[in-house]
Amino acid sequence: MNTTLKMLAGTGALALVLTACGGGDGGGDSGGDGGELVGSGSGDSCTIDSPVPVGAVVSLTGAAASYGESQRKGLELAAEKLAENEGVTYDLKIEDDATDPKQGITVFEDLTKDRSVIIGPTLSNTAFQAQPIAQEAGVPVLAISNTADGITAQGDYIFRDSLTEAQVIPQTVEVAKEHFGLEKVVVMYSNDDAFTESGYKVFDQALQDQGVEILDTLTFSKADTDFRALLTEAKGQDPDAVVVSGLIEAAIPLVTQARELGIDVPIIGGNGFNNPKLMSDSGEAAEGVVVGAAWNSASEGDLNKAFLADFEEKYDGQPDQFAAQAYTGMFVVDAAVRANCSGEPDDIRDGLTTIKDLDTVLGTFSINADRDAEHQAVVQIVEDGSFKPLN
Amino acid sequence: MQQLLNGLFLGSLYALFAIGFTLVFGILDRLNLAHPAVFAAAAFVGIELVAVGGLSIWVALPLVALVGAVLGLIIERVAFRPLKGRPDAHFAGLISSIGLGGMVIALLLWRYGPDTRRFPIEAFPTQTFEVLGARVTVLQAALLVISVVLMAGLTWLVARTRLGRAMRAVAENPRAATVLGINVDRVTATTFALSSALGAVAGALFAMNVNSAQLGMGSAIELKGLAVIIVGGMGSLPGALVGGLVLGLAEVFAVQYIGSSWRDLVAFGLLFLLLVVRPQGLFGSRRVREV
Repeated sequence: MNTTLKMLAGTGALALVLTACGGGDGGGDSGGDGGELVGSGSGDSCTIDSPVPVGAVVSLTGAAASYGESQRKGLELAAEKLAENEGVTYDLKIEDDATDPKQGITVFEDLTKDRSVIIGPTLSNTAFQAQPIAQEAGVPVLAISNTADGITAQGDYIFRDSLTEAQVIPQTVEVAKEHFGLEKVVVMYSNDDAFTESGYKVFDQALQDQGVEILDTLTFSKADTDFRALLTEAKGQDPDAVVVSGLIEAAIPLVTQARELGIDVPIIGGNGFNNPKLMSDSGEAAEGVVVGAAWNSASEGDLNKAFLADFEEKYDGQPDQFAAQAYTGMFVVDAAVRANCSGEPDDIRDGLTTIKDLDTVLGTFSINADRDAEHQAVVQIVEDGSFKPLN
Repeated sequence: MQQLLNGLFLGSLYALFAIGFTLVFGILDRLNLAHPAVFAAAAFVGIELVAVGGLSIWVALPLVALVGAVLGLIIERVAFRPLKGRPDAHFAGLISSIGLGGMVIALLLWRYGPDTRRFPIEAFPTQTFEVLGARVTVLQAALLVISVVLMAGLTWLVARTRLGRAMRAVAENPRAATVLGINVDRVTATTFALSSALGAVAGALFAMNVNSAQLGMGSAIELKGLAVIIVGGMGSLPGALVGGLVLGLAEVFAVQYIGSSWRDLVAFGLLFLLLVVRPQGLFGSRRVREV
């Protein structure tokens, strides 16, 4: 049981014990179009004749392109790995939503026609508008990066493998408070994006729960690049830390300008900060940035080590959390398909609800009754140019 | 004090962008909406020169200005000159320059991809110094100086030199200028080159100031630039300067005194009020056209 595949399949088999029929007559020949996606066997012995059509919607262009690119790499790597397995193959089609909800809707409409499951989209903003299309068409969606509240509440076909901000941020605030003895902070967030707005709300709640005083709350736009006026305002309040909910495009100039203005306190970021670009593009300024994350890149797990090595070999670079979650997404789909040994949308949906204690690069992974992901989070701080666990 | 300086730096960039915008308008009565694309292109080219070419930012700046000037010539030749004889030349030029601007952005997308690009961190001088309790980086100080020098230089050029006189003559009446022996096409082309060179320097400086260049950065500043030149008085150079500074300061002080969520509302509301009180803008006049 030391390979990725067997572990995954084993878990799938567990769920399958009840449904596994004797099958195995192998006569899946041309029993009508509908039948091709229903296989025989169970778990890792599951065999489906046709490749299971998987659609993915990520932002390959536009403001969120850097996340989408990571996701594309993670998905393609996972598809490659899964192809080494016996029995089930996947036909992965990746589409670009251009960081635009309107295009997201178009792409979803297109993919629901011939795909059994849709992975994505990259931003919660787009997800809120595009997911209802899949829900209506009866095609399950597995979100791989969306962390806003209410994503999976949109319907019983919507799942996610990404921890919500509501799961990660309270842990981040708690650990940071303990570590730095925070008493008073200034909060900054971009108020024109669903993701950063929901991140802000969770920060706000978590800070209050922990008894940390919020001196001031400052807002900016996700397209802003000059934060000096806001930061000067923040500095004037003399906070113990600056708490920011923003995307990476804002995070880099914000952090750089904060250090330039002499703000030396820790900067606590939401999920948007969780990107190696923060260190590569803002250099020393990134030191002392604290971010909660769903994926611990330094995890010693076998699966994670293999993932890091494979990614390095294929792309000649380090994966980020978006790649890890995307990678996990394909394996979660695989487990769901094998659970009922069927590539039909409804069977995949049912399969997704059964996922429990699946071993993944994110750790031991389950999908809960709300169709949200459950696994351990990690709080990291930037030290010497890389993320180190703080707790 | 820090906020005052923040506003000055921001405002001087708005002014530098707007002054190129208004120069073309003042002389030709045309809005060149490819100007924001030049602004963005310059930022990307500047980053390329520094990151790949290994030049220092101080060497890259004049080169960026040169690239901008060339772009300006192309804009004039492609988007404006073929249409200048048409009765609806104002609108046609407006639309064709939007088209050309879109093409420039598409080329940038093809060349550089969608990602935000940045100058290498080593490219910047790191010292900061304190002015009356406010922290200023060497870069910001240089940026202010460069903006002011360029704007002063332009004003001098228009007011004192032979070329400036020719420009003003063209602005007054192109036909009469031709009769006086002025090569109107050449003056027009020079004006575009100057305008775009200024827009290009503004773009590169803007990218340095916040250390990020995005494809959309031009459209983000476009409306502000338009607001600035309208408030300053269409076609007025000192108007663009003062208008830019007013907008920069208004944004910064809106954050300080009213709240960050209200920044754009306050800044643009102020501009609106100004226009209600003085429809011709700060320095504009209704009859005499300035350059």
